[in-house]
Amino acid sequence: MTAVRSVAAGMNGQIKMLSIKNLHASVGDREILRGVNLEVPIGQVHAIMGPNGSGKSTLSYVLAGRDGYDITEGSIVFGGEEIVETPAEERAAKGIFLAFQYPLEIPGVATMTFLKAAMNAQRKARGEAELTTPDFMRRVKVAAEKLNVTQEMLRRPLNVGFSGGEKKRNEILQMALLEPKLAILDETDSGLDIDALKTVSDGVNALRAPDRSMLVITHYQRLLDHIVPDVVHVMAAGRIVRSGGPELALELEANGYADYVGAAAA
Amino acid sequence: MNAEPRILNTPAEVTLAEAFSASRGHLPGDAAVAAARTVAFDAFQKKGLPHRRTEAWRYTDLRVLLRSVPPAPPAAPASIASADLLPGLDRARLVIVDGAYRPELSDLSGLDGVEVTNLATLLDKGDERVGALAGRLDDAMVALNTAMMAGGVAIRVPAGLDVTRAVEIAHVTSGAYSVFARNLISVGAGVSLRIVETFTGLDAVASVANIVTEAVIDDGAKVTWAKLQAEGKAAVHLSTTAVSIGGESQFDHLTLMTGAAISRSQSFVTYGGEFARAGLFGATMIGGKQHADIMLGVDHAVPNGASRELFKAVMDGKADGIFQGRIVVRPGAQKVDGKMMTQGLLLSEDASFSVKPELEIFADDVQCAHGATSGEIDEDMLFYLLSRGLPRAEAETLLVTAFLAEAIEGLGDEAIGEAFEQVARDWLAGRKTLS
Repeated sequence: MTAVRSVAAGMNGQIKMLSIKNLHASVGDREILRGVNLEVPIGQVHAIMGPNGSGKSTLSYVLAGRDGYDITEGSIVFGGEEIVETPAEERAAKGIFLAFQYPLEIPGVATMTFLKAAMNAQRKARGEAELTTPDFMRRVKVAAEKLNVTQEMLRRPLNVGFSGGEKKRNEILQMALLEPKLAILDETDSGLDIDALKTVSDGVNALRAPDRSMLVITHYQRLLDHIVPDVVHVMAAGRIVRSGGPELALELEANGYADYVGAAAA
Repeated sequence: MNAEPRILNTPAEVTLAEAFSASRGHLPGDAAVAAARTVAFDAFQKKGLPHRRTEAWRYTDLRVLLRSVPPAPPAAPASIASADLLPGLDRARLVIVDGAYRPELSDLSGLDGVEVTNLATLLDKGDERVGALAGRLDDAMVALNTAMMAGGVAIRVPAGLDVTRAVEIAHVTSGAYSVFARNLISVGAGVSLRIVETFTGLDAVASVANIVTEAVIDDGAKVTWAKLQAEGKAAVHLSTTAVSIGGESQFDHLTLMTGAAISRSQSFVTYGGEFARAGLFGATMIGGKQHADIMLGVDHAVPNGASRELFKAVMDGKADGIFQGRIVVRPGAQKVDGKMMTQGLLLSEDASFSVKPELEIFADDVQCAHGATSGEIDEDMLFYLLSRGLPRAEAETLLVTAFLAEAIEGLGDEAIGEAFEQVARDWLAGRKTLS
């Protein structure tokens, strides 16, 4: 708990992008999040590491507003606003973006149609004018080139027939176009080879900004060699059990999660 | 006690018998046609209206569903005013109002070399094409059509002609009438042809349409055929398409069902030559208390035929969607490749989807498969779209459209596909949030 306190102290005076307090979430009778406390200041990148089954992905879904979880206790304050009751689509328009661990294949929906629908839906929800087609095309072209997303991929139905790497690049493309305030990256490194990992990480790093926060969820330390976090949190059995600097990731890589699994069970 | 084996006629059957007696004297046709009408009506009377024990009609019991039969349309041609359901789709138009071909309402430009004849004229002269395919079907409603057919259109495309402009056969019902129409389509060898069939009527008008189309597609021809059933909400729609496809021909057919209170669309495809390929697709979109039944019969009579079937149906409200698909592979029809898939999407707990795939295989070196799924909107896909900021209604519309699009795009005709997808989007736009 010392580490948590010291990090929290270091944040004094900083504006919080995300503030989670005592968050409990269940699916049916099973409680998965058991009192998560987490604060992410504006402009920082925080990593959440933890063993399988610790609740990392559940946390990402709950933050994005997925149906099917009972939030039994606690609060999620995003940009100064309580969002526990806010539907997923409204959270997206407010600036929360989740890069999926397993991006969905959606046959019959062209990638470009989807991108335009998403961008304009968010703009509309914020009271902004819809993008003109040339403006939209220009933005996609610029972002796609950086991420090595080909025109051919953009013509295909959303994620259909994409390799694992292509799907993840497509997630980061969406993130670049939607310009979220808080990007949650759920196991973005899973299924990536070294080259794809570098492309994706470069894409994410290019989106680091003083007014944007990121929550990078990962099982392995290797992603954090590329996307260097400001703070690393360890999650076990539905709670954040330790927080520290980037060196904490290296310690976990060396020692594994055995200590935390044991501690959580105790 | 006296056993009484005969089932009493329903009021609809009684009315039909009266209608046949009253109209047989002035229906078009020479002596042979008149004789064929009598034989056909006897066959109909013997069977009666199809009911739940008629295996091919088991989910569409017309003894129950067809409560009454409206009168024949008036002799004087009715005027029509109907909105274009397929704006943006360039096509020639052959307009058939209440079962009668109306050249003055039609647009034949772009059909140079194509022969278009009023069916009534053909019947008066006698034409061996009439009944050549429909006569082989053992179906009471087809027999009734043969007895009562009043008009329609015959199209002949000579061999080798490439007709680039799509041809619409537009069936319009102008009031609460019983309509019996017959169309003939003869496609010569090597022809390329795109057909759009539309069926429209007025809302709140209880019309009954029974329309039969016979098509012979010769060797090496390529025919793309899209059917749009968008009848008025109180209508009964019964249509049958019997097609024979020649060697090395390609036949792609799409049935989109969205109108009518009660509808049944039957397609029977027979392989007349080897190495023919058929793509058979369906997209049903119904709600309220609509009942829409698609019956498909694929007859691999010769070896080396390929067929692919993909039928999708979206049911809302208390609607009943039905698909019966039957693939027959005859003895000796080796190397046949037939794959049939049916998928239902239920948007309401009160909607239902009934599927009856049948494979009858009498050859031993064939590949045949069928599959069927039924479910609700995929929650994972929905969340993915919501998480990108799409409002729920828009996300659901996108997913339902995409679900149907796979079948619509299977037709492989971009212009027709786009026009039909717009019909799907319009149908979805007419709804509120689905869940």
